[in-house]
Amino acid sequence: MSQVSDSLVIAGTEYQSRLLVGTGKYKDMDETRAAIEASGAEIVTVAVRRTNIGQNPDEPNLLDIITPDKYTILPNTAGCYTAEDAVRTCRLARELLDGHDLVKLEVLGDQKTLYPNIVETIKATETLVNDGFKVMVYTNDDPIVAKQLEEMGCVAVMPLGSLIGSGLGILNPHNIRIIMEAANVPILVDAGVGTASDAAIAMEMGCEGVLMNTAIAAAGNPVLMASAMRKAIEAGRAAYLAGRMPRKKYASASSPLDGVIGE
Amino acid sequence: MQFYVNGESKTLNDNACLIDLIESMGLVGKRIAIEVNQEIIPRSQHADYRIQENDQVEVVHAIGGG
Repeated sequence: MSQVSDSLVIAGTEYQSRLLVGTGKYKDMDETRAAIEASGAEIVTVAVRRTNIGQNPDEPNLLDIITPDKYTILPNTAGCYTAEDAVRTCRLARELLDGHDLVKLEVLGDQKTLYPNIVETIKATETLVNDGFKVMVYTNDDPIVAKQLEEMGCVAVMPLGSLIGSGLGILNPHNIRIIMEAANVPILVDAGVGTASDAAIAMEMGCEGVLMNTAIAAAGNPVLMASAMRKAIEAGRAAYLAGRMPRKKYASASSPLDGVIGE
Repeated sequence: MQFYVNGESKTLNDNACLIDLIESMGLVGKRIAIEVNQEIIPRSQHADYRIQENDQVEVVHAIGGG
């Protein structure tokens, strides 16, 4: 019996893994590499930052370890609070990656919450889409905004589960479900996942994938957590495809009623 | 000639091109991108692009992030 492909398709490219991971907050390059391998992720986010003048030139660059030929590198616009900065960062990232134009757009509103600034996000989306970028956009769980971003040409819409780095999980599954039901592009939960069950919950709802960083990097054992997340994503996806049983208000016995021993 | 790199003052000879800056920073052969006065200068032009007095140059690379 042939297996029907259940790959994740973003901007026409197929991926087998529905777990996308960040590369920040790890102890060192070795841990970064080991955790990413354990996660099975194919799409990996990076940040774009100034080189340190006077930095040790022998220190390996992240992209020497997590190489663009083995992974799909997804540059983000973390640290950008204006559309202008986000656009500049994406253009620099495209130059950095030899013309690859898949980007994660995030335009933040304030440092304490790292909540997305939707007004600036929409401005940046318009400029970037016109400039030929394939935009995966970090946003809130507002269904109208999500649809608008899709209609402007984003290749994926990524509502937050909870605040970046908070580990609070999927706080508003109802909105995310509403977003998903109306979407014609992949919806991925990005931000707030804390442990394996959070990832499984997102996938059970029917989300196409989950992007996480802190959940793995800040775990007691990041490599083990990466592996747990990989399984959680697979389990959640399979449960979604299997079609869960309906919820019932009262009990429904699993064992037959006939032939119970009597007095 | 004095100009700025990543927000800091730098001095190179008057004929310096971006490739000279890259060498002085120990970044030859590294995966970087460069902006001069908010305009991206592609890798293919690094050898020929002359830096001017007071130019604001940004040299970036990829690092870990979520």
